[in-house]
Parts: sequence; structure tokens; C-alpha cells
Amino acid sequence: MSKVVVNNLKYRYPLTENLAINGLTFEIEQGELIGIIGRNGAGKSTLCAALTGLVPHFFKGAYGGSVHIDGINVKESKLSYISREVGIVFQNPFTQMTGAKETVKEELAFGLENLGVPKLEMLRRIEDALNLLEIDHLRDKNPLELSGGQMQRVAIASILVMHPGLLVLDEPTSQLDPQGTAEVFRAIKKLSNQGMTIIMVEHKIEEIAEYADRVMFLDNGKIVAFDTPTNVFSMNHLEEHGLRPPVFTRVCKGLGIRDLSGLYPVTLSEAVNEVQKFNESD
Amino acid sequence: MNLIDVQNLHFSYPEGIELLKGIDLAFDHRSTAIIGQNGAGKTTFVKLLKGLLKPVSGDILINGVNTKEISVAKLAAHIGLVFQNPGDQIFKSSVYDEVIFGPHNIGIPEDEADESTKKALIEVGLENKVNDNPYDLSFSERKLISIASILAMNTQIVLLDEPTIAQDDYGKQLIQGLVRKLEGEGRLVISILHDMDFVAETFTRTLVFQNGKVTMDNDTKSVFSQTEAVRRAYLEPPHVTQLGNRLGYTETYLTAEQFVKDSLRKREEFKQ
Repeated sequence: MSKVVVNNLKYRYPLTENLAINGLTFEIEQGELIGIIGRNGAGKSTLCAALTGLVPHFFKGAYGGSVHIDGINVKESKLSYISREVGIVFQNPFTQMTGAKETVKEELAFGLENLGVPKLEMLRRIEDALNLLEIDHLRDKNPLELSGGQMQRVAIASILVMHPGLLVLDEPTSQLDPQGTAEVFRAIKKLSNQGMTIIMVEHKIEEIAEYADRVMFLDNGKIVAFDTPTNVFSMNHLEEHGLRPPVFTRVCKGLGIRDLSGLYPVTLSEAVNEVQKFNESD
Repeated sequence: MNLIDVQNLHFSYPEGIELLKGIDLAFDHRSTAIIGQNGAGKTTFVKLLKGLLKPVSGDILINGVNTKEISVAKLAAHIGLVFQNPGDQIFKSSVYDEVIFGPHNIGIPEDEADESTKKALIEVGLENKVNDNPYDLSFSERKLISIASILAMNTQIVLLDEPTIAQDDYGKQLIQGLVRKLEGEGRLVISILHDMDFVAETFTRTLVFQNGKVTMDNDTKSVFSQTEAVRRAYLEPPHVTQLGNRLGYTETYLTAEQFVKDSLRKREEFKQ
């Protein structure tokens, strides 16, 4: 059984005319790392809300089709139940902080206390998350006094401690410096390799090309493509859907470097190999 | 005269560690990117330029006027700051009211304020959302509202704290166009950024902040040509620069277009 099964999902926000997502059908397997890309307004954040049950339990409006996580229908389950299985990290980390805790460590304990997790287990999970996100040095700081990038990593950690089977991240690295971004992507890949299913919305297309198993490209509430990064970024007419492919792909397209199937390099190492061959060829 | 002079600037919060440790900088009208690790002191620095914080020691002169000797309200007519989090800035219930607040606040006459507000909203592509409540719009649109609010004040100096957060390629191109236009008009844009590709494609000058000091200050190409120094500041060069580096090229590339053009030219030369 697939981890996530979405069938003909449609949703329209209250008091609006257009469908924010319009007939999505797809499946995601356990342990996959999925990148969701597309221009603003494409339906990315709405899909995140539908996967975590915020649509339709919190955001009302018109809902059609279905979302199943581990065989459980999200619409027919209680939000409190879904939130044990699915974790979401919001786009703006400020909205994720409880505002009620004075240290990062207490902030990370908040969700676990709510679930009644035993103290020793709670401490172990907090230490693991602090180490994985490399924020151990922030443990005694006030969450609301952190920089945007630091807060973003605390927001991710506060969800990781809950050990969700499915982790949904909405632009989790938008406020991080380049090395912080790389650290978060490495941590996410590690979690994915350990079996966690991860779905992340990202505009950082080069990182998505490097790390995602598959890429879902949305536009106007519909799936334009859902395939490997190589297949998606090698498509023609991406710009018509508001997407600039990774710089490595753009360079190779400009140089006419593609394989026999018409596919272009999408990552740094692929581009280095192929441009080297190009330079050495007649 | 420089638009901004920063002289031996030191800053720390009361009973806090020193965040800025002796900064000397002069700014003309060249668009300038500030890059550096999270916590390097970048946001603190732009808040000092805006006059929201005052130096513990040293001076900041805006158009020759010391920020210690002028109120934030008066300084607002000369220097605008777009905050990192639009929630720190937006408080009106319509997009139009939000954007016109700044011009009203610095005493721009009503007709002129209305005109510059409408112009700013067109520049950020929100002219069809003037009556919407900012909090009904997306995070990326709220960032654009914050930018329009500052543009509408027509300040000589515009400070942007991570303007590309949550922006898609369209939003980034729009902001790039604005930076180039302001620079062309002789106005100074200083922007904090984490998107090195955007810095490379957009800004004339780049400063690197590290641990409260400016460790690099040069034209953008020269900064990114020093890969090891950039990495020592916990940064990464732009992706296309990395590609050139890995291929052993001596030229520092800032855009894919330049990389392709040079590669094709070299190949032709090789064939001949």
C-alpha cells in the first residue's frame, strides 16, 4: 500500500471563485523524498494543507476527491489523529512558534508534552533533533529572539521530535544562509533514507534537482509533471509555466548537451562531467 | 559626498555580546548586496542605517547627517527599510492604505502620495489588489506590499532585508528589475540576501559580513572569484560559479548566459 494516495482532489477556498487545486491524482511511496515546485499561486501550499488535514478541517470551502495517508481518509479522520501521523513545517517559522515557551528546549518539548510522551523518551528525541539540525548551541535561547534562519531550524526540529511518518515542509530553507540550507537538505535526505516520507515545497530548484527522488510540478492547481528531476527539468516549455530550470540544465541546454533520450544534466556533478566531455569533443 | 558613511561602528544590545565590531564603509549609488551567515550582524546593521538602533560607538552619516542627531521620523524621508518579515511592517486593512501610509507619514501631499502609491503598486504587480486585506494575500504578496510601501516614499536610499524570500522566478525578476531601475536613477539599494545566484545576477557591489565584521567588500564578480574566502564566511559561491570552478576555469561566471556564450566561443576557437 502506498504511503499517500490522492484521488481527483479538488479544493476551493471559501469566498473564492477558482479551484486552488483542480483534480490531483497521484501516489507516494514510503521513504520517498518529493519536491513540489511551481510558481506562486500554483497550489503548492494548498496541497500541503490538504495532506495534513488543515484542508478541509481548518480551512473550510468546497472539497472533492480524497486523500489517504496509510489507508486513512484524511477528510473522515479527526485533525488530532492526523497530526500524530503527519507533521507540517510552515513557510513562516514565526507562525510555528508557540510563543509560550522561553527556551528552544521547552519549545521542542511542547508537542511531546501534549501527546503525553514519557520524560526520558522526550529528552532523547529533543537531543536527537537538536543534533540533526545542528542547533544544539541554541537550546537555552528564547525562540522568539532567534534570527530568521535559526528559528526556521527550530521550527523543523519541533516537528521532527514528534516522529511523523509523513513530514510536509513548506519552503523550509527560505531564510537560511547557503550552508544552513545545505545542512537542512542533508538532514532531510538522511531522514528520508531512514524511511521517513517527506514532501517539501521549494523554490531552490538546484537543491531539489540534487536531493529529490521525484518532483511534482504544479501550475494552476494541476500537475504539469510528476517524475524524476531529470525528466521534469528536461521538459520543453517550462518557462511558459513560470519555471526556470536549474542553472546546470540551462547551461547544458544552451550548449546543446543532452543524451540520446533528449535528457539534460540537472545537478552540478552531472553538468561537470558532460561539459568536460563537450569541451574535449571535436 | 557619499550617500552613507559608516565610521568605526560598534553595536551591542544592553548586557549582550558585541554584534558589530568596528565597521567602516562608504556607500555611493551602486546597488549593494550584504551576504553572510545567519547571525553575522546583517539585520542589525541595516536597522542601524535606518536609525532604529543607535551606535554604541562610532557614527553613521546619512547624506552627511549623523543618525544620532536626527529623529527616526525625519530620517524616514531619506531612507526606507523593507523588513525581513512583512508581518513586522504591515498593519492596515487594505493594500492601498498600507502603501500610502508611508508617504502620508513623511508629509507628502495627498495627490502626490496617491500617485506614488499607485505607481509603486503597479511596479510590484499588485495594482489589481488595492482593496484586498494584506492578510488575505500570500506571504510572497505581503513581501511585495512591504516593498511597494517603501518605493512609494521615493526615498534616496532603499534597504531590503531578504526581499526574495518566498518569491518565485517571476517575483525575483520583478525585484531584480526594481533594483536595476533604482540604481539607474542614482538611488542606493542595499539588500541582505541568502540567494547567491540572485546576488550574482543583480548587484554591482557585494559585502560579506562575518562575526560582526566586514570581511570582503568589492564588486560582485571579484568577491565570488575568491571561493575559499567566501566559504570561510560559511557561504557558497553562485551555482554557475561553482560549475566554472569545478571545471577549472579561471574566469568567474555570474550568469548561465555568460557561461554558455564563452564556452561556445572557446569551442569555435579550438576548432579553428
